[in-house]
Amino acid sequence: MKPSRFTYHAPTDLDEVLALLAQYGDEAKILAGGQSLMPMLNFRLLAPAHLIDINRVSELRNYFLDDSGLNVLALVRHRELETSPEVELAFPILHEGLANIAHVQIRNRGTVCGSLAHADSAAELPSIMVALDARMNVRSQSSQRSVRAEEFFRFHLTSDLDASELLVSVDIPAMRTGTVGVFDEITRRKGDFALVGAAVVGTWDSDGRIQDCRIVCSGVAPTPLRLTEAEQFVSGTDLSEEVLVGVQQLVMESLEPTEDIHTSAEYRKKVTGVIIRRGLARLIDQRRDIHV
Amino acid sequence: MSEAIDVDPIESKIWITLTINGSKNSYFVEQRLTLADFLRKEVGLVGTHLGCEHGSCGACTIIMDDKAVRSCLLLAVQADGASLETVEGLARDGAMTPLQEAFRAHHALQCGYCTSGILLSLVARLREGPIETEAEARESLSGNICRCTGYTGMVSALLSLSNSKSGDEEKQ
Repeated sequence: MKPSRFTYHAPTDLDEVLALLAQYGDEAKILAGGQSLMPMLNFRLLAPAHLIDINRVSELRNYFLDDSGLNVLALVRHRELETSPEVELAFPILHEGLANIAHVQIRNRGTVCGSLAHADSAAELPSIMVALDARMNVRSQSSQRSVRAEEFFRFHLTSDLDASELLVSVDIPAMRTGTVGVFDEITRRKGDFALVGAAVVGTWDSDGRIQDCRIVCSGVAPTPLRLTEAEQFVSGTDLSEEVLVGVQQLVMESLEPTEDIHTSAEYRKKVTGVIIRRGLARLIDQRRDIHV
Repeated sequence: MSEAIDVDPIESKIWITLTINGSKNSYFVEQRLTLADFLRKEVGLVGTHLGCEHGSCGACTIIMDDKAVRSCLLLAVQADGASLETVEGLARDGAMTPLQEAFRAHHALQCGYCTSGILLSLVARLREGPIETEAEARESLSGNICRCTGYTGMVSALLSLSNSKSGDEEKQ
């Protein structure tokens, strides 16, 4: 038997989930897709006394896409969003990010909200949510709040959720006309944890300049990292070759990435500059596609 | 799957009912038992192999409700009401499936430890559509690790399937 002993709860509605969280809080873990939690249980890195399986809560199974944006409830699996043509059309950057998550077998089970609540610093979705200024809708039995993605991720594997709270859904505001975004990452092998990833979003104005640029990296810091200096450097420009060379230089000089067994800080710094430059260059291609 | 589950508080065991390779049965399982260990130890279907037990290697891949999943990353109790397919469900009456035949013909396995997981990943993938290019073949294999073959045989096996299929259509 691999995981330590726990009491398994299989609530069928959200109120029941929140009641269980209120009752067991610190001693409980939520089981959604389980693609990060189950390895931790198998290795006994975690040994919660209570496991609250939300897979039978049918009211958490859907996502909603309309003109205002995308609302993704807690049980929506990566693969479900990845294979939705409507989501790909409305949020190409999200589609790109989802396709980069591990392998299809993992994406068949893993959930979007689960990945966000897990808050792995190398994960794709947290950076994308920060880049798109998404909001996390959090509930406990007695309270309800909405947290901006930028404030939600606190540290590696640590989110703003407290023990009695559930990430019920995430709201991603619609991308305006002219807004484009890409996601790219460097991995040792396909599907591995990213050494670095970058979500790059901006809005082309009618003069052919990119505005409100957001550049968010994963894998370089304990949380998704906004490169505000680089954002300021490129915002308001036409992303000419000169600007791209300049921003790559700026990132390589200013970034102080983490170092681990997978790669050195030096290498991370270098490839971060490269993928940001590449990402920005792709924003130019996307501008041609939308004919701004 | 929406009705409340039946927990025995003393034994910490739960009754589950599920369909495995077409036959439906009930089992009384411990809450913390993984689906992979359940299949191997409680059901006796040892064709599902365990490699890393944390979702990286793909050896334990099975099909649950038409989707390829890691059975080491699920609890048996989560499969209550589900329909599972394992490697034991592929060959019928001693006759291998075309995919298995292609694996044999193209030397797509050596030690065979990873093969059952790979077959199930591919069965799920092939139901979504044919694998026609080497890139598609490699993509479809990317969630499973094989340390013997270098994947070359598997890629040829997969491509031979789509070639023979288009060949058949031409004959017709």
